[in-house]
Amino acid sequence: MNQVAHLPRRGFLQVSAALGAFTLGIRVPEAGAQGAAQGAAPGAAPPEVNAWVVVKPDDSIIIRIARSEMGQGTLTGLAQLVAEELNADWSKVSTEYPTPGQNLARNRAWGNMSTGGSRGIRESHDYVRKGGAAARMMLVQAAAGAWGVPAGECRAANSTITHQPSGRTTTYGKVAEAAARLTPPTDIPLRDPKDWTIAGRSLPRLDTVEKTNGKQIYGADLTLPGMLNAAIRDCPVFGGKVASFDATKVAGMPGVKKVVQVGETAVAVVADTWWRAKTALDALPITWDNGPNAQVSSASIAEVLKAGLEAPEAAIGNRAGDARAAIASAAKRVEAVYGYPFQNHATMEPMNATALWTPERCEVWTPTQNGEAALAATSEAAGLPPAKCEVYKIHLGGGFGRRGALHDWVRQAVDIAKQMPGTPVKLLWSREEDMLHGRYHPITQCKLTGALDAQGNLTGLAMRISGQSIVAGIFPQNIRDGRDPVVFQGLSPGGDEGAFGYAIPNLLIDHAMRNPHVPPGFWRGVNLNQNAVYVECFMDELAHAAGKDPLEFRRALMKNSPKHLAVLNAVAERGGWGQPAPEGRARGLAQIMGFGSYVAACAEVSVSAAGELTIHKITAATDPGHAVNPQQIAAQVEGSFVYGLSAALHGECTVAKGRIEQENFDTYPVMRMAEMPAVEAILMPSGGFWGGVGEPTIAVAAPAVLNAIFAATGKRVRQLPLKHADLRRA
Amino acid sequence: MARLNINGRVVDVAVEDDTPLLWVIREQLGLTGTKYGCGVAQCGACTVHVDGVAARSCTMPVSAVEETQRITTIEGLSPDGSHPLQKAWVALDVPQCGYCQSGMIMAAAALLAANPKPSDADIRGEITNICRCGTYNRVQAAIKQAAGGNQANG
Repeated sequence: MNQVAHLPRRGFLQVSAALGAFTLGIRVPEAGAQGAAQGAAPGAAPPEVNAWVVVKPDDSIIIRIARSEMGQGTLTGLAQLVAEELNADWSKVSTEYPTPGQNLARNRAWGNMSTGGSRGIRESHDYVRKGGAAARMMLVQAAAGAWGVPAGECRAANSTITHQPSGRTTTYGKVAEAAARLTPPTDIPLRDPKDWTIAGRSLPRLDTVEKTNGKQIYGADLTLPGMLNAAIRDCPVFGGKVASFDATKVAGMPGVKKVVQVGETAVAVVADTWWRAKTALDALPITWDNGPNAQVSSASIAEVLKAGLEAPEAAIGNRAGDARAAIASAAKRVEAVYGYPFQNHATMEPMNATALWTPERCEVWTPTQNGEAALAATSEAAGLPPAKCEVYKIHLGGGFGRRGALHDWVRQAVDIAKQMPGTPVKLLWSREEDMLHGRYHPITQCKLTGALDAQGNLTGLAMRISGQSIVAGIFPQNIRDGRDPVVFQGLSPGGDEGAFGYAIPNLLIDHAMRNPHVPPGFWRGVNLNQNAVYVECFMDELAHAAGKDPLEFRRALMKNSPKHLAVLNAVAERGGWGQPAPEGRARGLAQIMGFGSYVAACAEVSVSAAGELTIHKITAATDPGHAVNPQQIAAQVEGSFVYGLSAALHGECTVAKGRIEQENFDTYPVMRMAEMPAVEAILMPSGGFWGGVGEPTIAVAAPAVLNAIFAATGKRVRQLPLKHADLRRA
Repeated sequence: MARLNINGRVVDVAVEDDTPLLWVIREQLGLTGTKYGCGVAQCGACTVHVDGVAARSCTMPVSAVEETQRITTIEGLSPDGSHPLQKAWVALDVPQCGYCQSGMIMAAAALLAANPKPSDADIRGEITNICRCGTYNRVQAAIKQAAGGNQANG
């Protein structure tokens, strides 16, 4: 989708008046962004039937998408849901983003723009389908009105309306103007998913072609007339600030326009090109005041977390019976401590934003998972009310949670632009800046203690998580009585979000919050990632301690969780569990529920005598309730193993002298094709609910592989990443 | 000042000699299909062809390229997206966010030019570009399809 912001109606005059040269609807044309200032004349705006649907006279249809496309396919999936109820001709459908400013001006006509937590479809399916259905009803009503016949005698299909008694036909494009003037219906019935013809199908993505020919414009690619480029360096120690810098040393370097301090903590060089800005920044002498965290290390953080494992105070996430008593009286007691490190999102496209500030107005072009949050950040940084600001969402080169809640890079870009009024400035982070200033996967440790009776039944489980709270770092107002509910993803007693799948008579899951200075963020999969490692690897440990098959051991605890069990059974059956593995290979299982969906994986691995791990194959099952685009769900499942196994195999950010040590992909390796297993994705939508698909599968990647490694080697890896583990035969 | 032969066009650009080819392509020539990912030749998002051979342009100073050497970027791979790899990419819906895909396609095109019928092992050994969304299996399948083979399996 290269159409960045074809602004609907009310925005035109207001925004174009303030912008002068930057008239709207801004479009990033295919040949490059140089023409971004070219806009359609306001009078050319095609009829908007409602907030979600625009129909042009030539019958082409624009479906508005409020959530951000970052690779997960939501653009296509949401369009399918609207087009389904619209009875649209899918071949004539394209999409566009409404802007956050428009959403604000129209009383949030497009609802929540936040794109995270695998919520794009599962949270908005109802109102976007109603948007499509209401538009269809209005188009039919308009045709019926023109013919002077009852709407009930007309049927819509494939963007064509037929008056059934007479056989007369017309098209959506011909009646759209009239439809737009009608009063929207209030009673809007929706189709049963079993009758879907556009949704539910493996349609090709709408945004593939331009991603194969270099024409897709990302934030980093944007060019505006008169634009300058900025490179930035923020204090490498979180909590530190700029002590001094000597701009005179670089003022004469090629292309340099200005050196500016950004807030208290960063310095930026503005130049004609980004490369010249970065070259000058590298030459700029900067002295840092590293602040109070300058002596923090990975070892000191680990000590703090370790103490939390035994702390008397902890917030309870799930409790049944008396776990401590059960453990005290157990026939056999099993105990283990696990750990999960900081990780960087490492989106392929580093953080960037282009900002244009004047005393009257501020505009930002940026890849964001949440346009409204970006607008709020713009407004704050600009010192202007939101109504005098606008954000244009540009396609994201990866999001994974980094581009969601916080918009630190937007604030920086606005701060720089504010020091150069009237000049658009594009701020692009270097990879090194991106690695040093992430919002990291939270660091935690977990101590698990299990009680087995004489028959090897699990009678009690205590699980103490110690470590970081994302919510405390980002939405501290949501912490109640010291408790972060999101920490217990996948471990909760019930609910739609992440219910624990095991019935254990005596259970205690609690969290001792310990927040190091390295800021946490929502990292694709969020807290489900470590929780799945902790629970699913420990279940494997308990099964072996009880002398039972890991599948049978789990099944005995899952009688009350039929959906959890169904995906586990599916991967066990398809993955060959219980049958001999090929020579030298072994298998491991994992299951969990999160983001509204049920997922499981069966991994097949081998480990050479020299300790080299090969992940041959993974069988994965997903029950997301309703499946909107099966082939894109499969793509998300495949991709989840790349993200999840990158973390399991390699992912780790360490801390020395208060700063992150890994600055690029040479020291922060990620999975490449040579390590990628074959993935068989089993999609088993059971209907009746809507679950997300972008994240849950990530969580089962690591534990399935870790359990398979144990089956292959007898070695239990409890601290990630695996690169530190010695898997050589003893 | 450098003279470059890029996508069949000869152009003069006024830049410092040590400017990486990537940034000349993106900033002086406005061809933004070639991406910046790491700046240290690790990720391959900046992959272009120099005389038909895949090169990571982020660490290649523009002065290292002779004007007789033919540079091809994703925009010049085919006039209309009709390269067999581009068609296979579309047929299998390979891209997710898409940011790494120009580099992936250029690396794959250089591989096929040198090895028209690569095995799975060839592909997995030669294509070392990073994709964070996780398109590897579809990338592999699309290369096999473009090479006229069956879809890759593992």
